[in-house]
Amino acid sequence: MKILVCISHVPDTTSKINFTDNNTKFDTNGVQFVINPNDEFGLTRAMWFKEKQGASVDVINVGGAETEPTLRKALAIGADNAIRVNTPATDGFQVAKQLANVAKEGGYDLIIAGRESIDYNGGMVPGMLAALLKANFVNTCIGLEVEGTQAKVVREIDGGKETVTAKLPLIIGAQKGLVEESDLRIPNMRGIMMARKKPLNVVEPVDVTVQTKIEKFEKPAPKGAVKLIDPDNLDELIQLLHTEAKVI
Amino acid sequence: MSVLVYIESEEGKFKKASLEVASYAKGVAQMLGTTVTGVVFNAEDVSELGTYGVDKVLKINNSKLQDFNAEAYADALKQAVDKEVSKVVVVSQSANSKYLAPLLAVHLNAGYASNVVSLPESASSFVVKRTAFTNKAFSFTNITTDIKVVGVSKNAFGLKEAQGAATAEDFSPNLSEEDFSVNVTNVDKAKDKVTIADAEIVVSGGRGLKGPENWGMIEDLAETLGAATACSKPVSDMGWRPHSEHVGQTGKPVASNLYIAIGISGAIQHLAGINASKVKVVINNDPEAPFFKAADYGVVGDAFEIVPKLNEKLKEFKAKNA
Repeated sequence: MKILVCISHVPDTTSKINFTDNNTKFDTNGVQFVINPNDEFGLTRAMWFKEKQGASVDVINVGGAETEPTLRKALAIGADNAIRVNTPATDGFQVAKQLANVAKEGGYDLIIAGRESIDYNGGMVPGMLAALLKANFVNTCIGLEVEGTQAKVVREIDGGKETVTAKLPLIIGAQKGLVEESDLRIPNMRGIMMARKKPLNVVEPVDVTVQTKIEKFEKPAPKGAVKLIDPDNLDELIQLLHTEAKVI
Repeated sequence: MSVLVYIESEEGKFKKASLEVASYAKGVAQMLGTTVTGVVFNAEDVSELGTYGVDKVLKINNSKLQDFNAEAYADALKQAVDKEVSKVVVVSQSANSKYLAPLLAVHLNAGYASNVVSLPESASSFVVKRTAFTNKAFSFTNITTDIKVVGVSKNAFGLKEAQGAATAEDFSPNLSEEDFSVNVTNVDKAKDKVTIADAEIVVSGGRGLKGPENWGMIEDLAETLGAATACSKPVSDMGWRPHSEHVGQTGKPVASNLYIAIGISGAIQHLAGINASKVKVVINNDPEAPFFKAADYGVVGDAFEIVPKLNEKLKEFKAKNA
């Protein structure tokens, strides 16, 4: 089985979010970048297929040269090849289109992408990629087994879960639950050394007409101070929630 | 040239989030000087939709569409868009809508903006405000395509009642075999339990609760309030609660009216996940817990004493105000 894992290069979850250039650009100053957590769950599941079922695993990212350390980390975790599409990621559709262009040549049986990135939270890429490739698609996956050309996927739905079956080639939107948090891998020294020798291919982008454009960013208004309630006077809390906040 | 809205229903009942997106669609339609067409799947009585601004309902009755199927639903919605010559399609941000929207957008060659929290700035330049960086910021996104797909965040716009009645029309889209290549074999859904996605109130517990055996009081409080239960990341990582209850940047975002955090210190990733909630209450014995900076109301003290007491008082309050 040939697997492609789409990797988004995102600010670490502890990052403070700021903007520059009159609030039009994300301020990367002092920000640590990581593999998008939803992609990391997918990558770990791909490693399982590699080790247990003899799959090959490529990783791909759409972005400038600054994203290469993130791809190298995926190689150090165990991916076989990395591909970087040499263009900044601008919107979900543009990214999906670039990914589709590479994927259609690659003959992948399974493509895994995080259900959303933790920066722009668009939740577009896996579904758009599937539609562009005319492949089967299952979102919010929390379980995946593949036997021959048949996949059994468990996906999270509002208030529960659902089991579906689909034939390969298949695209899934991965998320927490697809593997246990404790199974996520930290690259070891051997992996890091080996990653240096693994291929990281840079491919040039195709032309895409942009569909959405971010004009500016804004931070939420600062919040007023918390109202502290005496633990011996919980009636006051109930009254405040009822009359002031009007939520009960 | 109506604004099209996908109305989700469960066992014939419309979801509140769908009535909210209908209200949003009405707002867009008023800006564009047009009407709202709703699309429903296997729902009989659609009269309620008129109250929330829907002018016309396309009723799709097809036993093959009894279970949600992203590809088939997206195909049906595309045909409805074509029929109505719609330029704007509005969906909610439920798990199912988030599943089908990117498929629909590609089929329509439409730009898609998710997590939208306000009406477009103007009818001519379609710039919408969306949450980004898991609620740590907003982005103003211009959808530049002819047809636009908008995913509206829960509780962002609210329900707006309108004067009017919806006319109903049967609609039978042509579905192909390829629409059914992903097949549901089993659905496992908690019955009679409020889900985080639908909940107006969420009661959430953290490490301060010391163990899964202490969750009874969280569940009791949630039951009194008709709330969903949730938890912080360490709690789901330790297996005290299922992953589906983990709220935060790598878990679920919550956009409820009221979020009650019990024994949760308030890590930046957790706070990002609950920022979109309107009112936050924190109960924690550590007055230095970062959550107190993000909360509207706080109680410093032992959760094991406060929560049962609060529950009793809420029951009394409910009995009085029933």
